[in-house]
Amino acid sequence: MRIAMFATCLGDTMFPDAPRATALLLTRLGHEVVFPPGQTCCGQMHVNTGYQPDALPLVENYAENFGDGSIDAIVAPSGSCVGSVRHQHEIVADRYGTPALCGRVETVKAKTYELSELLVDVLGVTDVGANFPHRVTYHPTCHSLRMLGVGDKPLQLLRAVRDIDLVELPAADACCGFGGTFAIKNAETSTAMLADKIRNVADTGAEFCCASDSSCLMHIGGGMSRLQMGTRTIHLAEILAATESMEVTA
Amino acid sequence: MSGVSLGLPAVPPRAPEGVGFLRGTEKFPAAARHELANAQLRRNIGKATHTIRAKRLHVTGELPDWEDLRDAGAAIKTDVMSRLPELLEQLEAAVVARGGTVHWAADANEANAIVTDLVRATGSDEVIKVKSMATQEIELNEHLEANGIHAYETDLAELIVQLGHDKPSHILVPAIHRNRSEIREIFLREMADVDPDLDDNPKHLAAAARKFLRHKFMTVPVAISGANFGVAETGTLGVVESEGNGRMCLTMPQTLITVMGIEKVIPTYRDLEVFLQLLPRSSTGERMNPYTSMWTGVTPGDGPQDFHLVLLDNGRTAALADGVGRQALNCIRCSACLNVCPVYERTGGHAYGSTYPGPIGAVLTPQLAGMDGKDDPNSTLPFASSLCGACYDACPVKIDIPSLLVELRHQKVQKSGFGAEAAAMKAASVAMSSAKLFTLAQKAAGLGRVVAGKKGKISKLPPPLSGWTDARDIPAPPAQTFRQWWDSTEGRAAIAAARKDGDR
Ligand code: SF4
Repeated sequence: MRIAMFATCLGDTMFPDAPRATALLLTRLGHEVVFPPGQTCCGQMHVNTGYQPDALPLVENYAENFGDGSIDAIVAPSGSCVGSVRHQHEIVADRYGTPALCGRVETVKAKTYELSELLVDVLGVTDVGANFPHRVTYHPTCHSLRMLGVGDKPLQLLRAVRDIDLVELPAADACCGFGGTFAIKNAETSTAMLADKIRNVADTGAEFCCASDSSCLMHIGGGMSRLQMGTRTIHLAEILAATESMEVTA
Repeated sequence: MSGVSLGLPAVPPRAPEGVGFLRGTEKFPAAARHELANAQLRRNIGKATHTIRAKRLHVTGELPDWEDLRDAGAAIKTDVMSRLPELLEQLEAAVVARGGTVHWAADANEANAIVTDLVRATGSDEVIKVKSMATQEIELNEHLEANGIHAYETDLAELIVQLGHDKPSHILVPAIHRNRSEIREIFLREMADVDPDLDDNPKHLAAAARKFLRHKFMTVPVAISGANFGVAETGTLGVVESEGNGRMCLTMPQTLITVMGIEKVIPTYRDLEVFLQLLPRSSTGERMNPYTSMWTGVTPGDGPQDFHLVLLDNGRTAALADGVGRQALNCIRCSACLNVCPVYERTGGHAYGSTYPGPIGAVLTPQLAGMDGKDDPNSTLPFASSLCGACYDACPVKIDIPSLLVELRHQKVQKSGFGAEAAAMKAASVAMSSAKLFTLAQKAAGLGRVVAGKKGKISKLPPPLSGWTDARDIPAPPAQTFRQWWDSTEGRAAIAAARKDGDR
């Protein structure tokens, strides 16, 4: 398959390990990974904060860069960005775009997947041949869980990883309190939510807290760093890309 | 849109300011700060919501057609909103045909005046009340009191709130923020004739309330209720409850006055089968609520002989006029969204400043009462959510609350913008509209490595970003962006190695 990588603005700039691992993993599985260089950002931050007209150029840019007919699928290592492409681009295009844009948005949206969806639903694999000899707990991010409905696909993939010690996270489906600008506009409430999430992570005794959204990991990791906890955050793609020959260096 | 005026007002009138309980005095973040500091409140609410949550999941999980029921509920409500005027007229005709009287109240002021006049006409200076959100919304009790009429709440939790001179903090469990020792103190302080040795055993507390209320049921000649449903086809009104106190009010007095939000109308009697399954399972986690009372007009010699229905708008047609936002009117007030909301769980209901707290309140309140003023506390409500989506998952009539929140944020910003934030968003939009500018911005972000210094993390930023760094670090940006790596010799080599690895 010819798979286009959407690195996402945050992944590209701040957390390149996640898109890198995604590209390496899919290549190892025998797919051709391409990176449309004109890509930038999905516009989620603008839409979620109330700035829909400002999201229009970003929606257009996404449709343009991923509209290439030779692309079979588009993958992003971020549930929330995929959610934005799937549920918000249409709203913005309908309101502020041309009918032509609406058409392109439809086409591109149908091909955009979150990593675990692509692997399990489209490529039909749950065992990607990874090896990760560490204690890991998994936080299912809200947008993957509810907006995309990925269900237990990430866990299916993790369970198949060699030598992993996967421990259940108490109250796993509770929001970590990130919510984009919510973490700033309602900082105290967000922090109260984060505190509970971190306590639950600590209770598992895991070395790694794994999720498939860099933004949530940035939030949880930022809180754990402040508390100087030993637990590290890791993106799902990084665990799945880890093989015996390629240990993760995060 | 064309600029030609068609002579219709752009937005129908909202609920009036300064009357009723649809606007708090503080913006949400400030109000939340006080509540977050109250550890007892957080414990009480956390415990209660977790218990109800588990019960709800259990009883909704046991119905094989639960998802179909939700779809049916959503479909009926959507149909109602699309032909509301017609259904209301049908309801009015049916109520009148059965001997009732129908009154139309455009807003809280009108509704309060109508009810006060009706009570006055009976000669009574006391009324007993069935728990009702609509009368809370318009602050009817306070208005009656000002006119020399005392209203007694008969729902136990509502009574606790009333006696505690407090505001409800939950749709269904208004005293959710109180524990039993607090309740005991309130009873001892406020109830005449209460046993001074009353302890905080829930049974004993309930018995004290029962004794207090029983006397009112037997003597007060006027009752005021809300309605969960009003059936257009038959003119039947319905209230569901757990304690039976409502039923006492609905049957014992001579005069019954029902204040119903116009969105509560449903087309046919048969539609009740959907909602009477959805509501109790979603709200209290029960298969069926203990008491379902229905009444149609007046029945000579049985029950109240004088029945009035007050149909309340108070901003509902304004909400209806919003093609996206009108979905909020589908709400059946089950409170499931409150019980699963991580924000509500931390802040409680008072932070929302409205009769309608939690996720649904965050969309309904600004629609009913507006959020246009620059410093309007209501304008902060649509932002009081992390958009985690738990409310949408739980809602029995599938109201897409996260999308409504996003829509209201859009409307707020369109109307008044947010100064510095708007400028930052505009700048980000420009920077991210092309890869060329985006790469430049990435270079600038790389400067964060300088700020981060040797620690490799950023722990202090100026406001408003200090909201983040007060509790969270930001890692230093990496030396290489993904696209730099992808274009590098190292990146190409790594991809080639992975390809080889896969071929083995
Ligand atoms: S919005 Fe839905 S879940 Fe919330 S109270 Fe209304 S009906 Fe219940």
